[in-house]
Amino acid sequence: MGYPHPSHPRETVLLSRHFGDAEARGLAGWMTRGGYQALEKALGMSREQVIEEVKASGVRGRGGAGFPAGVKWSFMPKQKTKPHYLCVNADEGEPGTFKDRELLRWTPHALIEGSAICAYAIQAEQVYIYVRGEFTEPIRVLQAALDEAYAKGLLGANVLGRGVRIDMTIHRGAGAYICGEETALMNSIEGKRGNPRIKPPFPAAAGLWGCPTTINNVETLCAIPHILEKGAAWYKGLSLSNPKSSGTKLFSVCGAIAKPGNYEVTMGFPMKDLLYDLAGGIKGGRKLKAVQPGGSSVPFITAEEADGALLDYEGCVAAGTQLGSGGMIVYDDATDIVYQVMRLAQFYAHESCAQCTQCREGTAWTTKILQRMLRGEGRMEDLDLLFDLGEQMTGKTICVLSDSCAAAVVSAIRKFRPDFEAYIRSGRAVAV
Amino acid sequence: MSQAGTGTGAHEPSAAAPVFEGAARRELDAVLKKYPTAQAALLPALWIVQERQGWVSPGAMAEVAEVLGLTVAYVKGVVTFYTMYHQHPVGKHFAQVCTTSPCNLCGAEGVVAALLKATGCKRMGETSPDGLWTVVEAECLGACGFATPVLVDDDLIESVTAESVPALVARYR
Ligand SMILES: Cc1cc2nc3c(=O)[nH]c(=O)nc-3n(C[C@H](O)[C@H](O)[C@H](O)COP(=O)(O)O)c2cc1C
Ligand code: SF4
Ligand code: FES
Repeated sequence: MGYPHPSHPRETVLLSRHFGDAEARGLAGWMTRGGYQALEKALGMSREQVIEEVKASGVRGRGGAGFPAGVKWSFMPKQKTKPHYLCVNADEGEPGTFKDRELLRWTPHALIEGSAICAYAIQAEQVYIYVRGEFTEPIRVLQAALDEAYAKGLLGANVLGRGVRIDMTIHRGAGAYICGEETALMNSIEGKRGNPRIKPPFPAAAGLWGCPTTINNVETLCAIPHILEKGAAWYKGLSLSNPKSSGTKLFSVCGAIAKPGNYEVTMGFPMKDLLYDLAGGIKGGRKLKAVQPGGSSVPFITAEEADGALLDYEGCVAAGTQLGSGGMIVYDDATDIVYQVMRLAQFYAHESCAQCTQCREGTAWTTKILQRMLRGEGRMEDLDLLFDLGEQMTGKTICVLSDSCAAAVVSAIRKFRPDFEAYIRSGRAVAV
Repeated sequence: MSQAGTGTGAHEPSAAAPVFEGAARRELDAVLKKYPTAQAALLPALWIVQERQGWVSPGAMAEVAEVLGLTVAYVKGVVTFYTMYHQHPVGKHFAQVCTTSPCNLCGAEGVVAALLKATGCKRMGETSPDGLWTVVEAECLGACGFATPVLVDDDLIESVTAESVPALVARYR
């Protein structure tokens, strides 16, 4: 539902049905809402059957990259020679994204159940839920839910009396966006600085402590109980567009929008309808200038491009951007796009882990050049310089934080070049 | 970096007293059981320190290194990577304001200015003369639909506006 707003008839509420319902947070309330039936069912199936079901559902990772979850699980070794681990990515730090926070604080048992099903399927006895340090309330709620689940035998040495061990531990982050990157997250759990690792090896081969590890986003795992309960075919049928993008997706809509909130719609839902029908249109009756539909790391698109875009993985690519995390940032026609792009570059410069030269220097220089422009000291060559930097920052680093910064900046200049040129020509200065 | 006013802080750092005794030691022992290595307990151990002392002092870093079998330099290297560990004492209340683009679009800069004014902090990162407040800018707090979110200690306050700041500040003494 469009939390904090009431549900809209055009939403398809699976994951967000109980947002705002305090009773659903507790185990008793969750049970009366059908909780843990999917886990029962999964434990009655073979591990392979569970993985096949998830594969067949077509559910793709909701953390940003969109990798098919079942396929990822199937990469875990069948023969267990070392401990296997599941990491739950609850580090949610992508600007514009605030869906995992609601899932954690309203439906903690959905996450526990989905994670337990995954842990069973991939033979992981230990699950680490990495929650960003700032999520103080979600951590409290989730810990209370974990305690209840342990007390009822839903977790621990003998889950539901089936002889399966699953332990779950919250690992609290401490303020670092980069720890949302999967291998940085693993380093952070190991007690290290959150530097991403060079891949390969991929986590399924060598993740936490060099052991086979799967990592999934909170929203991905919250979808799993629904898939197990109602079947892969049903889930796959939840698509308005194409078979490669199935299920529902939470879109966190924010910025210059009348009704900011989390809207859950079926894949393939028209972007225009989400913005104008569900989210109430642009704030203050202004006009749309630009959208980043998948968080700050995806390319900007114009109002015209947004008009015909479909909200699924392929639809967003066709519109010149990406679905990313589903954190939609809306910019209206009063937005100083140069300033906002500078602010985003500053974010990436602040959050770069500084291992790679292209990223450390690239994000810093991009920010400086944009600030110079905002001080009225820009030069026309600066635009080419920014493109050049963008090129250097793309495809050359250990993780894609560098690429993300470049994508946002380069797309903004391509789409809104006159805004940048106006600063340069006029020498107009704003405070930075 | 300024020091918190003496005698007003909720957390009185007594630099010499060890942290990991009694309840804190038991808490750490429980944490250690959840990981295959002692090193993995580093972030949790630092949280235990900060919850009890209000910041992570050089003495506490040395103690953490000792109990986990790590070097002090290693612990310091990790502490400095993460923004939420305070390497200096802070005010009784610690306020983090999101100023990243989505919140910026919704007036976060005005909230920052109002917070500095209402708390008497001269600038970001400094503690107010009465030792009550430290205000810092944070990057996206994961609550962008509730612009502007402000995290005061462990309370996330949603939809703060420049106008609502004085009442918010008055609630914390
Ligand atoms: C810089 C960076 C930050 C990321 N932050 C997050 C995050 O906060 N949450 C998340 O789920 N995934 C994040 N990711 C994506 C993860 O690396 C990973 O793809 C994801 O957790 C896999 O889960 P999924 O397949 O279920 O989406 C980030 C990636 C990068 C490069
Ligand atoms: S691209 Fe940036 S954030 Fe990623 S590993 Fe390199 S320096 Fe670190
Ligand atoms: S941008 Fe402010 S909370 Fe996300």
